[in-house]
Formats: sequence, structure tokens, C-alpha cells
Amino acid sequence: MIDTTSTRGTPESTLRNEEPARQPPAGVAAPRVSIAVDDTRQSRAITSVKAQVENLNFYYGQNRALKNLSIPIADKQVTALIGPSGCGKSTFLRCFNRMHDLQPDTRYEGSITLHPDNINLVGSGIDPIEVRMRIGMVFQKPNPFPKTIFENVAYGLRLRGVRNRATLAEEVEKALRGAALWDEVKDRLQDSALALSGGQMQRLCIARALATTPEILLFDEPTSALDPIATAKIEELISTLRDQVTVLIVTHNMQQAARVSDYTAFMYLGELIEFDEAAKIFTNPSKKATEDYITGRYG
Amino acid sequence: MATANVPDYLNPDSIRTGLSRRKMLDQVFVIVGLVLMFACLGILAVLFMNLVLDGSERFGWDFFTNFPSRRAERAGILGAWVGTSLIMLVTAFCAVPVGVAAAIYLEEYAPKNWFTAIIEINVTNLAGVPSIVYGLLALGLFVYQFGLGQSIAAAGLTLALLILPIVIVATRESIRAVPKSIREAAYGLGATRWEVTKDHVLPYSTGGILTGMILGLSRAIGETAPIITIGALSFIAFLPSSPITSEFPFISFQWLSDPFTAMPIQMFNWVSRPDQAFQANAAAAGAILLGMTLLMNAVAIWIRYRFRKKINW
Repeated sequence: MIDTTSTRGTPESTLRNEEPARQPPAGVAAPRVSIAVDDTRQSRAITSVKAQVENLNFYYGQNRALKNLSIPIADKQVTALIGPSGCGKSTFLRCFNRMHDLQPDTRYEGSITLHPDNINLVGSGIDPIEVRMRIGMVFQKPNPFPKTIFENVAYGLRLRGVRNRATLAEEVEKALRGAALWDEVKDRLQDSALALSGGQMQRLCIARALATTPEILLFDEPTSALDPIATAKIEELISTLRDQVTVLIVTHNMQQAARVSDYTAFMYLGELIEFDEAAKIFTNPSKKATEDYITGRYG
Repeated sequence: MATANVPDYLNPDSIRTGLSRRKMLDQVFVIVGLVLMFACLGILAVLFMNLVLDGSERFGWDFFTNFPSRRAERAGILGAWVGTSLIMLVTAFCAVPVGVAAAIYLEEYAPKNWFTAIIEINVTNLAGVPSIVYGLLALGLFVYQFGLGQSIAAAGLTLALLILPIVIVATRESIRAVPKSIREAAYGLGATRWEVTKDHVLPYSTGGILTGMILGLSRAIGETAPIITIGALSFIAFLPSSPITSEFPFISFQWLSDPFTAMPIQMFNWVSRPDQAFQANAAAAGAILLGMTLLMNAVAIWIRYRFRKKINW
């Protein structure tokens, strides 16, 4: 848990100390859901919204699991979803690639508009399989297929009908490089993926998702089954990924959210309590509930 | 220390005596279990040895290559083992595709409602239907209604019905063993249900499916009642026609409609003869049939082991 005094007392040095310029000036309260208003870091300034969530409700049967969520997902930035267990953050994440459609008796209301072509990801008019082909996902537990390393990364391309061996090899290498795994596996691409370590498996899963150049990459607590060193590598990877893809990450490790995200949404009991820049959420949240959660009073 | 308030069951001495008694019960269970297990294995071993000893004078190449004969020492099981092998071939070809397809449908596609619940219960019930009932069904349906006659095809189909529930249950078990996370990974990349099934679920559960198939076949290989019901011959001095012919198209399915005999039928025939000499033939045939079953089970265990080693969730 974050130590209350140090977090509140020295925001610049405790959190994101590698980029202190990212912090808003003390005392300036950024407006809620502000986009790039006081983002002093020019390279990361939000210029566009990749997806807009509007009044999203989600139901398991009669049970309303998500309540009127509205939040913008910034293009080529990392947005983190935090909150205590059972608050609906994974449920929310899984709306983006329609994973809920695999379960019977689930229902979406509202919209997630994907820009720039303005399609509603949770609309009934769009095929969930098309949604999943455009939006990649990395799961909580590393779940490589019990196939070779090469076949794991190539599978998404094969589903898209790529048969050319040279193209496949090229794309697999690119994806593995993108996931910072190439140097470790380049000599054993034909070995079973199950022979890799947990951290390598998770990076393989990231490579598998990257191979099909998704528009948004979803991470569902990607490091909860990993040791600290493997976790650090994944976090570093996520930070570099934001140059090429929009990232949405669920984590119940608040320090992780603080380390990797540009924007953070705090959820509780299926509702969005607060959404803002990560720096603001972790140093100067505007809601009491958020402050109590990040200072470890519950959760 | 005020021990007066401590109830007796929390007293260290009584905890110790109670613990040693409970541990003794633990040991007793281990011993009882071992004794029962060795008793079962011992009975099987004695049975097998008995058959081998009784039939010892009959073992030899001739026994496999001779047709039945009126003279016990010249009588062999050629017709029987060829018939049994061909029936098993038909059974496997019919039961496995249907059983695997049914299992895939029930596990991956079927919605969970009262209708599929009834199907599931009845698949389990089918496994408990006495084999003679399958024999009667087959006699009416395959032999007369479909006009297959007393043929290898009819026998193979009958035994296929018999082992269908075994194949379905085993396939479902191994399909269910494929973790949800693997399915999600494939769906997450945009796979359709059929792609998830054919690229992942089926390949990863092949071990279990093959095991189920072999266990089903080793049940079918010893079945006597349904085969007698549909009219296996008990004395047969010719082989079914060859599947490979010298004339175009070089493959013949004539053997499917040929009459046949099978190992258990041959044994039954020999046992029921008054001449004591034939008892040795029956024992030898029994040992061979038992050996075939054990061999098939061994193959099943080996396959399962190989796949477990390759795919370890």
C-alpha cells in the first residue's frame, strides 16, 4: 500500500519520478476528464480520442455489473483501470473485445465508439469476431497455446488467411521484437511455448496480440501471476508500446497503475468514481473515495 | 496455569492419545486398500495364468493359422481373430467420428437448456443398457430392416452402438480438460467457434479421445451376447473376402457383408463341446483374447502418457 504521508507529501519524487515534468503544478486542480489541458509533456500530449465510452451498462442476466460508465480512451496512451476486487474493471475491459458474448445471457447497453471510423463496439450491428480481430487482449495468466513459439505468434495471422511463409516469418519476428522477446527465443522458434518461463510466456502472449497490429491492446492484470523481475519487464514493455498502440490495462496494483499509465480510472461497485490523468489521481484525487482507496484505507 | 477451565478435549495428553489413534486409523486404511488392490490383481493374474497353463499345449503358429476342426489339436482361431479384427475396424470407424462429433457438439456448441440436459442424461444411461438389448435392437434394425444380414457390417455397427457412450463420455472429459484460458486466447485473436475447436480443442484433447476409443474397443472386443444375437456363425472354415483385389478398383468392400465368427464366439463354441480336449483350445483362445485386451489398454495408457508429457497445463 502507498504510504499516505509520502504520497501526499512529495508527489513529484514518489510517483513517476522518472518524468517529474509530467506532474501538474501543485495547487492547480485539473478539470475532470480533461484531455491534454495541462499536460506539459509535449510528446505524450493527447491529440485524439481512440474510443469513447458513453453510458455503458452491462448485465449478467438481471445483475447490472457496470453502471453508466462514460470515459474517453486516449489514442496511443496507457489508460489504467483500478479499483478493489469485484468492482467491475475486468468486466469493463472485456466489453472492449466482446468477450462477454461467449457467455450466455449477457447484455450491453450504451456505446463504445471506436474512432476514427465511429463504430459502436458493443452495438448489435457489429460482429464480435470482427471486434476481436481489431482489438487485442493479454490475459491475467499467461496462456500460450501448447504449440511452437512461432505458431503461437503466427496464429492470429493464419486466422486472417496469411499463408506466405516469408510474410509470416517477417511478421512473427516483428511482433517478437515488439514484445522484447526476440533475442531470447530467436534460436528456438520451433520449441514448445510451454518451455518458456512465466514472464517469457506473458511476453509471448503480448507478441501474439501485437502480430495482428490491434487498434487497442487490452491487458487484464497481466503481471498478477509473475515475479517482480518479470513484472518490471512487462511494465517497461507496456511503456514502450504506447508509441504504437492504445493500451487499456486493468490492475489491482496501484503502484503499477501509477508507474505505467497516463490516465487512470478508479472504479467501485460497477461505477466510475473518478477519471483523470494518472498523476492527478495518485497525488491529488478530487473524490474522497479515490483518496481513501489509493491511500490504502480499504481495498 | 489454570488448567481447571480447559476442557478435556484441549488437554495436551488427550490430544496426543487422540492423534495417535487417528493416525493408526490412517494406517489401517492404507493396509485395507493395499490388500483389496492386490486381491483384485491377484485374481486377474491367477485367471490369466490358469488360461495360459490350460491352453499351453495349443499355443503355436498353427493355432493362429488353422480353421476350426473336429480334432481339437488341429483346431485354430484363424476365422475368429480375423473376424474380430475386422469387426473392431468397422466399430472404430463408425463409433469414433459419431462419438467425437457428438461430444464436441455437447461441449462446445450446445446451449445449456433442458433439452441438452436430457440428451446428456441419456448418453450416460446408454452406457448402462445391457449389451443383449443392443443385440436385439441390431437384429431388428441392422440385420432385417437395413438388410445387412448376419454380416461383419452388422456386427461392427452393433458394437459401435455399444461403445458410443464410452467414446462420447471420454471425449467430453478430455475436451473439458482444455483450459478456458486457452479458448479465450484463441477467441481473443478473432477465431470462430469451429476454428477454436479444430485448431485447439481437438488437437489438445487427442490423447484423451484416443484413450477413450481404445478403452471402448477393448470393451467391445470381448462382447459375446450381441454378436450371438445377430447370428455369428460358430463354425466357419473360410475367411471373409479380401479387401484388396487383383482387379480394378483393387479395393473391395465385399468383406463387410460376409458372415463371420469372433473370438468370444469361438471360445463359447469350444467350451460347450463334450470333448475335454477342446477345453484347452478355449483356454488358449481366452488367454489370447485377454492378452489382446490388456495390450490395447497398455497402448491407451502409453498414448495418454505421451500426450500428458507433451501438453502439461
